[in-house]
Amino acid sequence: MQAKKPRIYPYIPNSAPEAKDAMLRAVGATSVDEFYADIPENLRFKGKLDLPEALQSEAELIRHVDGLLSRNTSTREALSFLGAGCYQHQVPAVCDEINSRGEFLTAYAGDPYEDHGRFQALFEYESMMAELLNMDVVNVPNYDGFQAAATALRMAVRITRRTKVLLPANLGADKLSKASEYLKPDIAVELIPFDPKTGLLDLAALKANLNPQIAAVYFENPAYWGLIETQAHLISAAAHAAGALSLVSTEPLSLGVLTPPVEYGADIVCGDIQSLGMHMHYGGGHAGFIASSDDPKFVMEFPSRLFGISPTVVEGEYGFGDVAYERTSFALREEGKEWVGTAAALWGITAGVYLALMGPQGMVEIGEGLMQRCRYAMRKIAPIPGVKIPFAESHHFTEFVVNFDGAGKTVAEINRALLERNIFGGKDLSTEFPALGQSALYCVSEVHTQADLDRLVAALKEVLP
Amino acid sequence: MKPIAKKPLPRRFHQARWDESVIFELSQPGQRGVLLPPVEAGIQQEVGNPAQALPEPLLRKTPPALPEMSQIHVLRHYARLSQENLGVDLNIDVGQGTCTMKYSPKVNDQLARSPKLTELHPLQDESTVQGILEVMFRLEGMLKEISGMERITLQPGAGSAAIYANICMIRAYHAARGEDKQRDEVITTIFSHPSNAAAAKVAGYKIITLYPDADGYPDLQALKAALSERTAALLITNPEDTGIFNPNIEEFVRLVHEAGGLCSYDQANANGILGITRAREAGFDACHFNLHKTFSTPHGCGGPAAGACGVSAALAPFLPVPTVEFNGQKYYLDYNRSQSIGKIRPFYGVTPNMLKAYAWVMTLGADGLREVAEIAVLNNNYLMTKVLEIRGASAPYAKGKRRIEQVRYSWEQLTSETGIHSEEIETRVADFGMHYWTSHHPFVVPEPMTLEPTESYSKADLDEYAAMLKQISDEAYADPEIIKTAPHNSTVHRIHNEPFDNPDEWAVTWRAYLRKTGRKKG
Repeated sequence: MQAKKPRIYPYIPNSAPEAKDAMLRAVGATSVDEFYADIPENLRFKGKLDLPEALQSEAELIRHVDGLLSRNTSTREALSFLGAGCYQHQVPAVCDEINSRGEFLTAYAGDPYEDHGRFQALFEYESMMAELLNMDVVNVPNYDGFQAAATALRMAVRITRRTKVLLPANLGADKLSKASEYLKPDIAVELIPFDPKTGLLDLAALKANLNPQIAAVYFENPAYWGLIETQAHLISAAAHAAGALSLVSTEPLSLGVLTPPVEYGADIVCGDIQSLGMHMHYGGGHAGFIASSDDPKFVMEFPSRLFGISPTVVEGEYGFGDVAYERTSFALREEGKEWVGTAAALWGITAGVYLALMGPQGMVEIGEGLMQRCRYAMRKIAPIPGVKIPFAESHHFTEFVVNFDGAGKTVAEINRALLERNIFGGKDLSTEFPALGQSALYCVSEVHTQADLDRLVAALKEVLP
Repeated sequence: MKPIAKKPLPRRFHQARWDESVIFELSQPGQRGVLLPPVEAGIQQEVGNPAQALPEPLLRKTPPALPEMSQIHVLRHYARLSQENLGVDLNIDVGQGTCTMKYSPKVNDQLARSPKLTELHPLQDESTVQGILEVMFRLEGMLKEISGMERITLQPGAGSAAIYANICMIRAYHAARGEDKQRDEVITTIFSHPSNAAAAKVAGYKIITLYPDADGYPDLQALKAALSERTAALLITNPEDTGIFNPNIEEFVRLVHEAGGLCSYDQANANGILGITRAREAGFDACHFNLHKTFSTPHGCGGPAAGACGVSAALAPFLPVPTVEFNGQKYYLDYNRSQSIGKIRPFYGVTPNMLKAYAWVMTLGADGLREVAEIAVLNNNYLMTKVLEIRGASAPYAKGKRRIEQVRYSWEQLTSETGIHSEEIETRVADFGMHYWTSHHPFVVPEPMTLEPTESYSKADLDEYAAMLKQISDEAYADPEIIKTAPHNSTVHRIHNEPFDNPDEWAVTWRAYLRKTGRKKG
């Protein structure tokens, strides 16, 4: 009988029997079992884990995974109008090239001497975001826009020493869920209604709800329904008049055309950078930003890393390092500001690459082009019988609500019919916002041509009775 | 030709030094890195330019002052910065203890770059995403088996987010039993990751931190003293960041349960115990893995990461939404979970990392995972033997005992004999093209160094790392000046750190730097 050949592990050099034996001898052990002496016998896992048989070669693995992924239909193979927090934009090839480089992809927590590159790249990311936002302080990315909003709210509470925050009632349900859970122990959340005609915040209701307990008024611009909040400066002014902070979540891709929130009174600005060079990854491409002025009262409340610039002992060299590290949970555990840990640094580097590739003109052009395509789609969809665009008179960025109450079909039915035509219709809002009836949130992108938008319109006409 | 001399140990390294400007200094007016698809005339005629119709306060007056660069200049700048960075691909990355710096297989990165994943929108109809849902479902199945837990959520974006998700589920569990007001304390240990304390604090808890007993084990008497009807949970790493496995862990869990609390197992340090011991057998109610540590997904300079929480049947009703389910025909997302803690992050988690972790487990199988653990532990104990031969180094606690997957060493003796501190060694290590980490704060172990050699490194790699440490130790005794003035072979020289803590001088962005130094733009 032939002896079974020992398995070779390409990822585990010392699994070769010769290496293993030499190492055991060197440490004076007879078997690896000796190293586990502290693990009591009754805690040992007996037998073999019930896992799929290993696919040891790359060829087998690729065949298997490709087989699974082939059951997906991507937005490259269909015409998609989905947005609602995750956006289909063209990712420049250089973004992928840089974030695939092993030096960045496989690095982690090196200090500024062996990882000068990541410190500089993330400092530059902060700096380019700062130009977009006209603010002096931007963090190394945290997890995502939800976390950025939740942390911005906690920062405001710490700064003002107040206990309540006001959020808009047309916030996405998922973000509201995250924020509520995050604030639950000690901070009350109240929702400000929106004006049913314009979809914008109800300013009178906001003013009525402001009082000395309110730490912050948080709103989004563009808002979840794609609307541009044109009362932004009035909201900030009302917040400030009541001693509260103005917190604005914004889409960075809008800031080539939209005024940076700081200029209409925002004290803390936050959001998600997925649009800036990250693929959608089925929702796996998110990273969050938070920005403020350089006032230590604000800076010292950031939980995230903040990379700063400093001279070295050699004239003409730029050095980088952690600003105000002593505020973090790395330094102080539970006495630090919330917590810091691994989040989404590589997406920050990537967003920096994106902003450098786009430059000032690229950011203006993409903002204008998105608004044009959005308005065009709204204009063409509006006249379809049975369809209404609820907030058509308001300004929109890339997204808009379409209401199908007059069509006698649910959004789910319409989307099924669109899917048969290889179109991904807008996000169904009917359970998230029952007040909007059978409505969907449509999103356009610079990847959409006029023909794509016309195809959507034609398909909707076909699908609706 | 006479023979060329063999390579010395440690190697003669010099880091790339491109003397690269900050990107704004590379700007050239009028240049562009990418172009956009034009807006067709038909659209323009129909709608004009809606941006110009914005009310005056909403319309940006001047374009953002981003750099203007051609494509090759952006590429070259970042390619140069990348060369001024190390990673697992380049260095013997055993120096970042607690972080499991292992090889991230390239084929897995390649698979995750498939447009069949990257170009999926998370709100697509379930019928169009059956492939990725199956990957998520199967990965949950694997992690259930590896942990022994009842259900897994893959939603948290990192290990700390997973700690937070677990404490939220525990809070919801106590709330469902009407005990959330009463149970307002969380117990952790000083050698558990700081986020156990910090995330539980955010979740509203008072934190009690246990210190080790004389042998380095979490102090059982201290635990007994801390437990009460106020105890909500124990959040504990095991093996702890010292690499010491707590043999009384079952007793810890039992005592906490007797007090009415739950136990959550931070498995950031699971690499040495895969297939050896599981959360379930020790009685834990929850646990979490870091897919970017144990399960090989790349660390990305600090993320995107991914966390996976495992929970018992009692905690499963509180899982974040949605869960991924299979009804025998198709995979689907289940939001219909009335006791759920809701969302931890947008959508479903860091999907590319899920795929990479899945591919990694598929490549190794059960035998392979056990091999990972055993070799990681063998490598660690081998490196410990080598390090303890070096003058001035020691491994506090559990004298003469083995460690699991990492060791927290101390240079206390070296410091007292030479005046050289661990942080100075850290800086000097950069001169050899390696990485080195002290420990989390506070430095309970004086002059700490934490090494975790994982399964990815060969005997020769470990010998090289040890040779470097030995050389630095020799320098400390013979020529400490070379350490005090390090780095010498790095991209940059010693950085002035004072401005980072001085609000008048710190500069988190280029614009702040220009303002504070009086330098002009451009």
